[in-house]
Amino acid sequence: MANVNLRDVRKIYNQTQVIHGVNVDIDDGEFVVLVGPSGCGKSTLLRMIAGLEEISDGQVHIGSTIVNDMSPKDRDIAMVFQSYALYPHMTVAQNMGFSLQMRGNAKAEIRTQVEKAAKILNLEPLLERYPRQLSGGQRQRVAMGRAIVRNPQVFLFDEPLSNLDAKLRVVMRGEIKALHQRLGSTMVYVTHDQIEAMTMADKIVVMRDGFVEQVGSPLALYDRPANLFVAGFIGSPGMNFLSGRYASGAVWIGDVSLPVSDLPVSASEGRQVVYGIRPENLAITDDDGLPLVVEVIEPTGAETHVVGHISGQRVIGVFRERFTTRPGGVLRVKFDPRKVHLFDQQSEQRIN
Amino acid sequence: MSAIESRTAMSAPMQSTSRLGNRLKQVALHTAVFLLCLVWFTPVLSLFVTTFRSESDSSRTGWWYAFIEWRPVLSNYVEAIYLTGVGRSVVNSIVLTVPTVLGTVLFSAIGAFALARMRFRGRIALFLAMVGFQVLPPQLVLVPMLKFFLALGLTGTFIPVWIIEMGLTVPFGIFLLYGFFASIPSDLVEAARIDGASEPRIFFQIILPLSGAVLASLAILQFMIAWNHLLIPLIFLGSGSLSPLTVQVASLAQTNAGGLNTLTAATFISVIVPLVLIVTLQKYFVRGVLGGAVKG
Ligand SMILES: Nc1ncnc2c1ncn2[C@@H]1O[C@H](COP(=O)(O)OP(=O)(O)OP(=O)(O)O)[C@@H](O)[C@H]1O
Ligand SMILES: [Mg+2]
Repeated sequence: MANVNLRDVRKIYNQTQVIHGVNVDIDDGEFVVLVGPSGCGKSTLLRMIAGLEEISDGQVHIGSTIVNDMSPKDRDIAMVFQSYALYPHMTVAQNMGFSLQMRGNAKAEIRTQVEKAAKILNLEPLLERYPRQLSGGQRQRVAMGRAIVRNPQVFLFDEPLSNLDAKLRVVMRGEIKALHQRLGSTMVYVTHDQIEAMTMADKIVVMRDGFVEQVGSPLALYDRPANLFVAGFIGSPGMNFLSGRYASGAVWIGDVSLPVSDLPVSASEGRQVVYGIRPENLAITDDDGLPLVVEVIEPTGAETHVVGHISGQRVIGVFRERFTTRPGGVLRVKFDPRKVHLFDQQSEQRIN
Repeated sequence: MSAIESRTAMSAPMQSTSRLGNRLKQVALHTAVFLLCLVWFTPVLSLFVTTFRSESDSSRTGWWYAFIEWRPVLSNYVEAIYLTGVGRSVVNSIVLTVPTVLGTVLFSAIGAFALARMRFRGRIALFLAMVGFQVLPPQLVLVPMLKFFLALGLTGTFIPVWIIEMGLTVPFGIFLLYGFFASIPSDLVEAARIDGASEPRIFFQIILPLSGAVLASLAILQFMIAWNHLLIPLIFLGSGSLSPLTVQVASLAQTNAGGLNTLTAATFISVIVPLVLIVTLQKYFVRGVLGGAVKG
């Protein structure tokens, strides 16, 4: 078990830089999720930690050593690939024992280790099968088993669940999380799915175009996104954004004023701003509320999603209470002023 | 066989008009295949029948008379075995062929692995040169090779034959295996690397076991080539005690010692081994060549 520290890590392919000076500190035993849209460099970063990709600049520390020039096998890490990368010509047991075999462990020792890992993952009945004789979820577990057997300092996962169907993904999500609790190892997990990130992570690293946008706990990111990108990326349905002008303690959209209780720095007076509010922070109120012109109503049972617009700007609301308004009608709503996120339109940074 | 079966299976649910068209296509296809077989096999059959006819029969009547009055004799084979010294020359052929085959497969695989899986300078140029130089006729290198091995004092041993036979096929072998190796997912290799496997281990424990069919097809191909080669063993081994079956049969033809029927019998003896091999292993052969082609 060990901490992982990235210090100003960069990756340059030929002329193009795809990772721009990333700094991330991962504590011992932490479950960290790297999340971001496709092509933002999550896999590249993970592969640099693994040693599969050369580090163009900066340093990667695992424990107290700088591992930049170490080969993957000396870094004491294990990686679970999206494709699982099981050796097709080996049985499950052989797949799981391969790394120990490479280390030169005795056969009996390998056997016990493999059986121990198989027990954790309920793979015991499958040990003598070949990968082609397994279902997707079973293959996924074998891939994890192969990682567990090594008892590494750090586990690395690159979108390990994206080849599974939605239901199984939820199940495996729980299993990986349970595994983390049981082993207490440091885990770095790559995904582009923000729900996976929110549900699994101790700490989320949001990336975009090779930059780290924000690092924090799931709820910190949800409650105080540092910029527009993170605000839009985390949460589903996504945050509502209304562009307006900040003046004298409120945001003005035309002549409608939206309340803000957590005031921005005074220099923001008169600025063009983006007013962000999460769908569940809208509440249905009586006649003095803002007019939400309803376009679509999606009841899910527990709550109702409403898509509409306010002063021509698109807004989604999620309400627990029932109402009678139909599409085309007007719903009076108010925003919770304590849950408002204000961003500067120009810099896209949070200003309150 | 299975290709034809799956084709019928596919056409079954189609409309009746196109089914008729398919039926016609099938008939045409089968007719064509049948005619090809006929053209191909008639001479072979005639030779085969001739090996069992006596010299006097052959001088009086055509080979098809064997079907009218069947009087088989084994004397041709007996004489062929005696004249070619089959025992020894078969051993020679095997000694010549087996190391060649093993070497070809090993070196082709190593070369293809390096080209497909390792990154080094001039990789592409090397690959292109190797493919390109295959257009040169092999006879071109024989004289320099002969001089070279004469200087080393290695003529009259199997060593130059092994080396040259390998050298002639390895570039093709690399080409064949390259496509297959390149199609093996890089995740597998990376997983092995993380698991602590060195490059040679990756080669022997991951890449080679996954390539069984292609390696087998290359081995069969090289076996046929080396077994049937005449020129190279003739040049480097002469027609003495080290000469393989092909050389013995050829010298039989030259000296005309046993007559035509003995010669055909000798020829049949020399093709038995590759024939048995290809019939028993044809599954691997076809699968390997096709698999490599489709994936590469
Ligand atoms: N070998 C390479 N040569 C050049 N550019 C590359 C190479 N590999 C990746 N890239 C680029 O680096 C960037 C980051 O790629 P990466 O695979 O890390 O993205 P990702 O965040 O994992 O995306 P995804 O969610 O689609 O897997 C991409 O823009 C990609 O085009
Ligand atoms: Mg990726």
